[in-house]
Amino acid sequence: MTLIATDAPAATTVDLAQSSVRELNQLLHDAADGTSWTVASPVGSHNIAVGIIADIDVTIEGNVGYYFAGMHQTGTATVHGSAGVGLAENIMSGIVHVTGDASQSTGATGHGGLVIVDGNTGARCGISMKGVDIVVGGSIGHASAFMAQAGRLVVCGDAGEALGDSIYEARIYVRGEVASVGADCVEKEMRPEHLAELAELLERAGRAERPEEFRRYGSARNLYHFKVDNAGSY
Amino acid sequence: MCGIAALQIRNPALRADLGGLMHGMLCEIVERGPDSAGLALYGSERLTPDGSSAITVISDADPAALATELRAVLPDGSEPTVVAYAESVLVNAQVEASVLETVVREALPGASIIGRGSHVAVLKGVGHPVELADTYRLTEISGTQGLSHTRMATESAVTAAGAHPFTVAEDLCLVHNGSFSNHASIRRWLRAEGVDFDSENDSEVAARYIAWRMTHGDDLKTALENLQGVFDGFYTLVVTTADSMAVVRDPIACKPAIIAETGDWIAMASEYRALAALPGIDDARIFEPSPGVVYTWALPVLEGATR
Repeated sequence: MTLIATDAPAATTVDLAQSSVRELNQLLHDAADGTSWTVASPVGSHNIAVGIIADIDVTIEGNVGYYFAGMHQTGTATVHGSAGVGLAENIMSGIVHVTGDASQSTGATGHGGLVIVDGNTGARCGISMKGVDIVVGGSIGHASAFMAQAGRLVVCGDAGEALGDSIYEARIYVRGEVASVGADCVEKEMRPEHLAELAELLERAGRAERPEEFRRYGSARNLYHFKVDNAGSY
Repeated sequence: MCGIAALQIRNPALRADLGGLMHGMLCEIVERGPDSAGLALYGSERLTPDGSSAITVISDADPAALATELRAVLPDGSEPTVVAYAESVLVNAQVEASVLETVVREALPGASIIGRGSHVAVLKGVGHPVELADTYRLTEISGTQGLSHTRMATESAVTAAGAHPFTVAEDLCLVHNGSFSNHASIRRWLRAEGVDFDSENDSEVAARYIAWRMTHGDDLKTALENLQGVFDGFYTLVVTTADSMAVVRDPIACKPAIIAETGDWIAMASEYRALAALPGIDDARIFEPSPGVVYTWALPVLEGATR
């Protein structure tokens, strides 16, 4: 069997000045694996590229609104611009990449996949994350990784107040300052396996920072285990 | 929810476009609050002509009859005019705003006075926000700055008087996205301080508090910093005075807000899409206001300008 290299087919362009978000999303849901799509004139519209289940490459030229690439399943969705609330909310797998900033609740409840924000995010980045990896080139707001259960959150800048409040088992890596850690979130030792996984995440996100520059945070595990000493309180 | 869109014009050449730009912004926040809406428009030649004051009253009174009645009691030369914009009746006259408010109150006892000042005109109503904007002929408005609000009522009835902005002191307007949890206590406390209220609305309490602080010497920024220590709940507030605009969010930033700045204008909205069509947006500095931080912008003072 001979594999013949072919040029990737040209991307299909959808202009949201002419088409509705609903029409765009239907095209993306019906798209064949391996196809590429470019979206023009997003002007901050909500729900763009939500629920992609084909292995496609979608690029948005401009800023998007709420819930961009929510429930993302496969392929890559890229925003050349900034994103509103709930970027890649409940992402399952695949890659979502924003070259600008993202608002609050980036990657909220995400089960898997990779969310990359080159700029900053607002509050509640990775809230209730359940396995997603999130790499932020800038800083994140307060209450990030609140009740995080699994996955990795990498922050190349600073983290706001109450980082990792009530965290379960996600791992958080921060290069800059942490304004404060939340309940049951503590700084932890950076062991070789952590440096290794951080190096891989930074590389996948196209970052130049070195793993040694980061500190690791995680759960002290005091909050979610029942303590027999407290039995009398119930 | 509730939607907010506010615009302060810094480049005088854009003043003629205030209403058109605000109309475009308003269209993008309708879904956040489709039940009622309101506008505060500063420096409009039509709504607040130079030298006149403006009072807005919720009334179904006949405008011509009201104008005649006001002419009889106001000093000669004050030239009162009355224009009805649906429920909002705008009264202008060449007298102090407080004088005009008194005679309007006497002419229409019990009616809600929702706007007062010499720089701002307030128009509010129940219905689809864009239809209201058409009634107000928003796209024709020129001016220096403006506030718009679309309401999804949670704390009190859907009425024109309950729509935002709240303008409880001259030229001071407040719009609110969110809800206050301790407004009843603060209202009781302010009443004991001698402050009168028009409604049981939670946002009115914030407007009254800011006005009360400012009569006791606070500037706008300080009043909002003090508000943060007193009010509990969710809030993104935009507050405007004759010469400034301020934005503040509660300490956990429950409600959305985004700001864009250029040399020509400052704009704030609940969602980016309300800013997306502003001229020069691609080169604007765009950011989300940090929780618990008071942002203020003064209107540029123009040489030779009277307002």
